[in-house]
Formats: sequence, C-alpha cells, structure tokens
Amino acid sequence: MSSHTAIKSKENMTLAEEIESLYGIDVWRCYQCGKCSAGCPVRVFMKVAPNKVVRLVQLGMDEEALKSETIWICAGCLTCSTRCPQNFDIAKFMDVLKEIAIKRGIITRKDAMNFHRAFLKQVEANGKAFEFGLIRDYKLSTFNLFQDMDLAPEMFFKGKIKLFPHKIRNREAIKKIFNRTNKE
Amino acid sequence: MDIGYYPGCSLTGTAKEYDQSIRRIFSELGVNLIEVEDWSCCGATSAHATNHLLSLALPLRNINLAKRQGLKELFIPCAACYNRFVVAQYEVNRDASVRKEIENILEETIEADIRIINMIEMFEYIGKDAITARKRKDLKGFKVAAYYGCLLLRPPAVVKFDDPEQPSSMEEIIRLTGAEPIEWSFKTECCGASHSITNTNIVVTLSKRIIDDAREMGAEAIIVACPMCHSNLDMRQRNIAKVDAQHRNMPVLYLSELVGISMGLDREALGLNLHFIDTEPVLSRFSTAIVTKE
Repeated sequence: MSSHTAIKSKENMTLAEEIESLYGIDVWRCYQCGKCSAGCPVRVFMKVAPNKVVRLVQLGMDEEALKSETIWICAGCLTCSTRCPQNFDIAKFMDVLKEIAIKRGIITRKDAMNFHRAFLKQVEANGKAFEFGLIRDYKLSTFNLFQDMDLAPEMFFKGKIKLFPHKIRNREAIKKIFNRTNKE
Repeated sequence: MDIGYYPGCSLTGTAKEYDQSIRRIFSELGVNLIEVEDWSCCGATSAHATNHLLSLALPLRNINLAKRQGLKELFIPCAACYNRFVVAQYEVNRDASVRKEIENILEETIEADIRIINMIEMFEYIGKDAITARKRKDLKGFKVAAYYGCLLLRPPAVVKFDDPEQPSSMEEIIRLTGAEPIEWSFKTECCGASHSITNTNIVVTLSKRIIDDAREMGAEAIIVACPMCHSNLDMRQRNIAKVDAQHRNMPVLYLSELVGISMGLDREALGLNLHFIDTEPVLSRFSTAIVTKE
C-alpha cells in the first residue's frame, strides 16, 4: 500500500486508491498492452474492452468504470489474469469493481445482479444452492418466465431439479457468515 | 483408502450423474469417500462476484469442518468448488489480516493446511496402476476431446496444477481407458460458465465454438471434469441446434463416467441416462454388461 492512500479517509479516496487500500490491487501495474482483451472470450459482448476499464480507473474516471457493463459481462474465466505480463489480476479487479458498484448502488446489469441475489438468497436460507428457488426468483425478477421452459420438465424428470431445498443442519452458522460479511 | 469428499451443490442436483459415477467407480477401486458432515455451499460465482469476504468465509467453513473430522485430503470433483476452496486457502495463508478477518467472521481459528484434490488429481492420487488393474474394457478407437475449461487451471499461481495453456494430465487418465485423446485448440477456452441463465446467448456462442472445434479435429465425444462445463456443453446443445441447423449432437462425458465405462460398469449405474445428449450412438460399440468383482 502506498503511504499517501493510508492517510486518506475512504470518502476522499479515488477509486484507484480504494481498490489498492481495501483489496491490495495496484491499477498502475497495468501498462495497457491489451493482452487481456485480446484473449478475452467475452470481449465481443462488451462495449468497453477490459484493459480500457483499467485505463478509466487509472485516469480517475471512476463513475464510467463502475457504470460499464464490462464488469458484469466478465465471465470470470481468469484467462486475462493468467496471461498478464504484469501479474495484474484483472479478473479480481472486475470482481472488486462489481463489489464497489453494488455498495454505491450503481448496478448497470440488473439481470446479473438479480441472478446473484437469487442464488445467494437460497444459500443464506438453506446453506446450499437450490436451483428451483433460484430460477423461480430470477425469472420473477426478469419477467421472462418462459425462457428455458422446454428444458425444465426434462430436468425435473431426470431428478436434476428438486422442488424443495435440502437444508443443512447448522443454518445459524451460515446466517452469521452472511450477516457479518454484509457489513460495510 | 479413506479420503474426504466435498460433492458441492451441483452434484446433488444438475450434475447428479457426476456424483453417482464417482461413488460407483471409487467403491470399485476400494476408496472410501468420507463426506464432509453438514457441508454447505462454496458461494460459487455469485459470492466472489459480489462479496469478497463471503467468497472466502463460505469455503473456509467447510475446510474447518473437514479438518475437525480429521480429514487430511479433500477431494472436490466440481472444478468451480475446487477453485473457490483453493483460492480461499491461498488468500488466508498469504495474508494474516485476511485470515484474522475470516476467523472473526467464523468465530474459529482456521487451519487451512488440508490438501485439496481435483478430479484429475484424484485419479493420479489413487494411482494409474490401480485404474489399469480394474480395467475390463478397452475403449480403443474412441476419439475424445479432453476439455479442461477454466477453473481447474487458473489462476496457475494459486491452483498450481498442470500447464495453464497446454495441459495434458486429463489425456493421461483418458489413455488408461484405451480411448484416444485428440489434439485440439479449445481445451482451455471458457464455456461461458455462470452466464448460462442470464446471458444464454454468450454460453451458446462459446459452447458452440468448443463443440465445433472438437468435432473438426475428429472427436466423437468431449470429456469434462466440471458440472458447469457439462451443463453448458450438454444441455445447451438444444439451444445451439436452434441457431445452427447444421448442428450435430456431440456427447459430453464426465471423466469419471469414461473411467467407469472402461471398468465395464453399467451405463445407468454411471448415470449416463441422465444426459441431455444421448451417449448411446458413440458408446453402443462397447458392451456394457457389469463385470463382477473377482
């Protein structure tokens, strides 16, 4: 951590400083070679290339970076982090930007966020993922009730989707983890 | 041989044939899988994409449970769970302040020195000789594409497994069955992973590319060791067929199923009937009668 970031309060920090002080990620490691974007399998689905999101943060264009759809389209495949010649963990950087965007209420891709919320809601309640509940909640949030309806009956008859969740015994422990990690 | 087992949520649902085939073959191989008692979800993509601390605390709860059960090795067949566990372990072992933070959340000390083993390592661990000794059927002439996907290999500094760009460990297990791994270019490309429900078009595009290359290079089937890869490559072929009239079905098998077939195990016992893409066209030439243990 560079010394000048340590003395600033969080409110006065730039996004680059916040990322460094809270997550240990130094955006200045990136020298913009673009190798991450060249190998990114979902680059074609993005308006702003991954290396350009790093550049936005370097330039202090924090709002633009946090608003970019790129951080939500990242599939987390880690190809970029693996190939970066500067050992800059760009996939983790994308996760960190999502986390900060969520805290600031800037959620550009509501579909992705609704999916994550629906998934974690089941984990918090049952201790385990529960696909039926996840898909029900997610679909209700998107109003796209009929997507994948052709696959659902087969999943059910193959026993791959259950109608009721399996609950772990110590759900208190899970509740505690969720409560304590959701604090700012 | 006793070994800890963390199936993860997918293996109790969408990937139940993965669990089924694993339990079947390892009982044949004399391995006693000890399930982590009262295990919980690792948090998967949704935790690490939204809440860093949560994404570490959830796997570490399970690591602590396993340690308390006296387990020294933990076999995690789901590549996604495996990755979350290894990352969580790496983070707390690297950074004392993160460890303290997670210990405060869990209200217990973390002993993260358990050895975490993925599907391919599990086969290496019990030994290639043991697998060869139990082989009842030679799958000679069965051309398959070994597909690793992302999370077994990346990030390399953390998972420390095989070569991240040119892996070959899965091919070595495949060769034990007599099946013939092909050379191809997409074995470490992403299938689109958790975008399956939110951005199905991304998964369809990426999975189609993987399947097309496997076929072009002569594969009759794709072999995987990840439930997300399996559901995207297997189930989403329905969606691929809708956008590509030329699409021909490509069976997708778990590595454990392939090994089970070479052991002469019944296909239903291995869960092959639970796939979306019928495996019969490529497997019918290998007889399936259960061979009794001698």
